[in-house]
Amino acid sequence: MGLKEFVEKSFKKSPWVLHYNCSSCNGCDIEILACMTPLYDMERFGMVNVGNPKHADILVVTGTVNHKNKEVLKNIYDQMPEPKVVVAVGVCAATGGIFREAYNVLGGIDKVIPVDVYVPGCPAKPEAIIDGLYKAAEILKEKYEKMGKAEEVLK
Amino acid sequence: MIKEIGIFVVAVILAPLIGGFLSGIDRKLTAFIQGRYGPPIWQPFYDVIKLLYKQRLLVNDFQVFSAYMYLLSAILSVGLFAIKADLLMILFIMSVGLVFYIAGALSTKSPYSQVGAQRELMQMLAYEPMLIFFAIAVYNVTGSFNLAQIMTHGKLLLDLPLMFILLGLVLTIKLKKSPFDLSASEHAHQELVRGILTDYSGPYLALIHIADWYELVLILAMIAILWSQNLVIGALIALATFFVDIVIDNITARMTVKWMLAFSWSISILFTIVNIAYIYFRR
Repeated sequence: MGLKEFVEKSFKKSPWVLHYNCSSCNGCDIEILACMTPLYDMERFGMVNVGNPKHADILVVTGTVNHKNKEVLKNIYDQMPEPKVVVAVGVCAATGGIFREAYNVLGGIDKVIPVDVYVPGCPAKPEAIIDGLYKAAEILKEKYEKMGKAEEVLK
Repeated sequence: MIKEIGIFVVAVILAPLIGGFLSGIDRKLTAFIQGRYGPPIWQPFYDVIKLLYKQRLLVNDFQVFSAYMYLLSAILSVGLFAIKADLLMILFIMSVGLVFYIAGALSTKSPYSQVGAQRELMQMLAYEPMLIFFAIAVYNVTGSFNLAQIMTHGKLLLDLPLMFILLGLVLTIKLKKSPFDLSASEHAHQELVRGILTDYSGPYLALIHIADWYELVLILAMIAILWSQNLVIGALIALATFFVDIVIDNITARMTVKWMLAFSWSISILFTIVNIAYIYFRR
């Protein structure tokens, strides 16, 4: 295995997760916390829950976006270094869910930032969330490969 | 001379591999104690390689300099230890790197980084006296600060049992394990975001992780020379200390900075005086 393959494997094996509660009802957040418990243990895939966007690879967002927190969400997304992946957990983050028609709600988080993986459910099951995060880790690896190709083109 | 350069290079290459492997065991063992499956043993290497190839995000240029200085001093101190240089010089080179590490964190405006750096200073204040006392006690037994001379005394552990306990404490504080995990919020604790590491990101965070591995190996090597008659037994003693530290990490809660200072200073002064008195009375 050469260095290039090992680097690509590292991106897949070590996704650090940042969780942002974007006006969620806390249902999905509890399920995300459940992923870290001994029963589900997301650390076996190398996923670490970090509190710092500068260290994070995957942004996990729960809940709808409203006019107050859209700037916060954008700000957190902008602070993360490339390559980065966004996972929308729960129907609220995906489409707005039952809050879609509320006067202060913009809709799903894809109205503000690009989303790579949607995890459905109200609340999403921990198994589904870990599945989504694993999928996100694979997308992270693909994005890294694309970054390398882009750099070659720019040279 | 050529032989010494060879030993220096081999130590510098091997130390991060051993340190990374040990921190992988640390994570696996912690998961086992908590009833989880845990990450693969090679997880720290995946983390560091991933961080090295992430995008560079900088707050200021001084951070780059301080991350490299921290790594350089850690490499130098491990290399000098391998060629059996002066123990005091090794300790001072190690603390120079740490000063840069802290200055780099203080150079940013993030309050989390600032508080983390202040706490790291307090942690330095807690364990640096212990290391100096250790050097003094070793001098009292062997009459030298030179590692080659120190290592001619085969079983220092029998002369310095209390200093061995102090070194175990230094290891706990240096690795930022509970109850001393004050400066960087280890294990997904986020009350200071990431403390001193908050504004180090991407490749520079990776450099700091590698430097931490070097320092882990350095402290373990200091424990190992307490049984320099047979270095395999010395290494086993060091590993046992490391495992005890992991268990302590998992069974204790975090304490405050004030408590840490009071505890470490009183323990280190008491143990040093008792141990040096023991050496004098045995003569």
